[in-house]
Amino acid sequence: MNLVPAPEQASFAAALHDLLSAAEVPAAADRWADGDHGPGRRVWERLAGAGVTGLAVPERWGGLDAGPADLVIAAEELGHHAVPGPVAETLAAVPVLLAGLSKSDGRPALAGGRLPSMDRLGETDGRLPLMAGLDEPGRWLRALAEGRILGTLAAPPWLPYAVDADAAGVVLFADRGAIGAGRIGAARCSLDRTRRLFEVVPAGPLEACPAVGRALDLGALVCAAQLLGAGRALLEVAVAHARSRAQFGGPIGRFQAVRHRLADVAVGLEFARPLLYAAAVTVAPRDVSAAKVACSDAANRAARAALQVHGAIGYTQEHGLGRWLTKVRALSLSWGTPADHRARVLAELAKEDGWN
Amino acid sequence: MNLDLPPDALAFRDEVRDWLAANVPAEPLPPVDTPAGDAAHRAWERRLADAGLAVVSWPARYGGRDAPALHALLFEEEYHAAGAPIRIGQNGLFLLAPTLFADGTAEQRERILPPMARGDQVWAQAWSEPEAGSDLAAIRSRAERVEGGWRLTGQKTWSSRAVVADRAFGLFRSDPRAERHRGLTYLMVDLRAAGVTVRPIRQLGGEAGFAEIFLDDVFVPDADVIGAPGDGWRVAMSTAGHERGPGLRSPGRFSAAARRLVAAWQEGGDPGLRDRVADAWIGAQAYRMHAFAGVAASPSMVKLFWSELDVGLHETALEVLGPRAEIDRAWADGYLFALAGPIYAGTNEIQRDIVATRALGLPR
Repeated sequence: MNLVPAPEQASFAAALHDLLSAAEVPAAADRWADGDHGPGRRVWERLAGAGVTGLAVPERWGGLDAGPADLVIAAEELGHHAVPGPVAETLAAVPVLLAGLSKSDGRPALAGGRLPSMDRLGETDGRLPLMAGLDEPGRWLRALAEGRILGTLAAPPWLPYAVDADAAGVVLFADRGAIGAGRIGAARCSLDRTRRLFEVVPAGPLEACPAVGRALDLGALVCAAQLLGAGRALLEVAVAHARSRAQFGGPIGRFQAVRHRLADVAVGLEFARPLLYAAAVTVAPRDVSAAKVACSDAANRAARAALQVHGAIGYTQEHGLGRWLTKVRALSLSWGTPADHRARVLAELAKEDGWN
Repeated sequence: MNLDLPPDALAFRDEVRDWLAANVPAEPLPPVDTPAGDAAHRAWERRLADAGLAVVSWPARYGGRDAPALHALLFEEEYHAAGAPIRIGQNGLFLLAPTLFADGTAEQRERILPPMARGDQVWAQAWSEPEAGSDLAAIRSRAERVEGGWRLTGQKTWSSRAVVADRAFGLFRSDPRAERHRGLTYLMVDLRAAGVTVRPIRQLGGEAGFAEIFLDDVFVPDADVIGAPGDGWRVAMSTAGHERGPGLRSPGRFSAAARRLVAAWQEGGDPGLRDRVADAWIGAQAYRMHAFAGVAASPSMVKLFWSELDVGLHETALEVLGPRAEIDRAWADGYLFALAGPIYAGTNEIQRDIVATRALGLPR
């Protein structure tokens, strides 16, 4: 029994932290919020170069076929840097769904339907890349792994909209046990300026896909990891501010009202992490839901405390605290709300009869 | 990362489960701090010791099995799940023993640990004083150097288990000129010795769960100093780390309570309490995974987490039970006991300050 990241996982996280620290993510996120995905896509290309977008892609499609623990390690760092874009979708849910469609012989799993030629990717002339079919899922998987496209999906009720579909090369619609290509409709602005949510309807008949349940659980798991990383970032910036901001003749971090609140944030994050790692081991619905609840709560407590410690400066767009704060709130409501996941924990416990 | 238990751990868990199923008393023992309860709980400790289950992770020469720490966690899970009696020896087993392993002499371990493991010698703590609560370094009780040992004078309070205990361990000022954390010595004292008066203090629930200890020129031999004279603060902080950590408040305790809470809610509890019930289980599971994960954690963070978890879990349980809760002995007693958690072992305010300074690097 061991829930400590292996040395290579720790160095993977450290390498991603270095990569993202040097990638000017805050500027890319600002541009992303204004509808210019260019700088953000370059961040994603660097992530692809580090293997992040291939983690959940099978090796035969150019991926790493890595386990959930590696996904969680990577996603925490993307949350830590508030990377814009469909993270849980591109890293986990979409590749798992596409791989679930891909027959073992590599031939198309879906017959019929047209799809945009892979050669035309990126030549959308301002139109949204709309997929009419899903044949040759392997080619899409390869494009995901190589960072040439991002993926997103709608999967009601957890995901009534597809986030950032205008930046995605593959848009799916998932229902219980079935998926299909999604047709993109109207866009809505999120409270997180970097997120745009798109209405999506199935572009054609849905195909059975037994991977839907696992894909959604992995998506929720990756979302939880993002939340934990964002919560950690919020604590770090709040601590840095409490050490440097002087009032009443000294740093505000010497006041117990500030110290105790930040200590509670640290405790919340500390005890959310083992649930996240345990869920990465089992990917059982009970454990994924427990992790999602704990990471959401810990991150939201971090967000509130960080804003309060910063005061008015934290409320400005210029400061940048809001990049994490708004993302934390949006992500905690996405991939299943805290209420959804609490209900699922109890529903799963009702199925168990032993002490586990 | 993995959650697999090795075969020897699974076999051990089965052994413990079977033994507890066959041996845990059907009726609760009398309250531990009464004469009848004292005798019954010591007898229970002897049965555990005879089965080789009292202190599984200790070396065999002191009554243990040399088992890995994982086995101790598993034992605790089974123990609490089975609803077995409170460990009368817990101050010694979970606080003093780790201190002796870290700072005691071989002679002290040989002399003290075996009777501790069998419940023949029960230990009390002697930390707080009337003027030294959260500010433990303000203690005034003196240890005066004499031929062959020390003479103790002063007053200790909130001393858990002192009503029935044979001996106590605590911190005394051995250098009257030194201040605060300096000049303190960690000593073990015989509570039956001449000059010792123990006055029970009734707690919220009506039982005398702790006591005052008055020391009037009580002799303690040199052999009962732990660590070097004057180095007591360092040794005490090691004990405090054990008190705050998962050793004393094992995850099994909260996992078992959370399971009972979930079961109680499933039997017709108010649907409006669903989220709080889920949170109690999630919190207990987080504590469990944290302990099993093998991460090195700040004892202060651990203490903050389990003590707040325990209060929240019991408050929720009382609401789930509704108006019947106040006459439900197990949950009502558990609730009152949980309320002490944020106070003992260093108040949660002190722990938050420690986390802020040491883990977060905030200025004082």
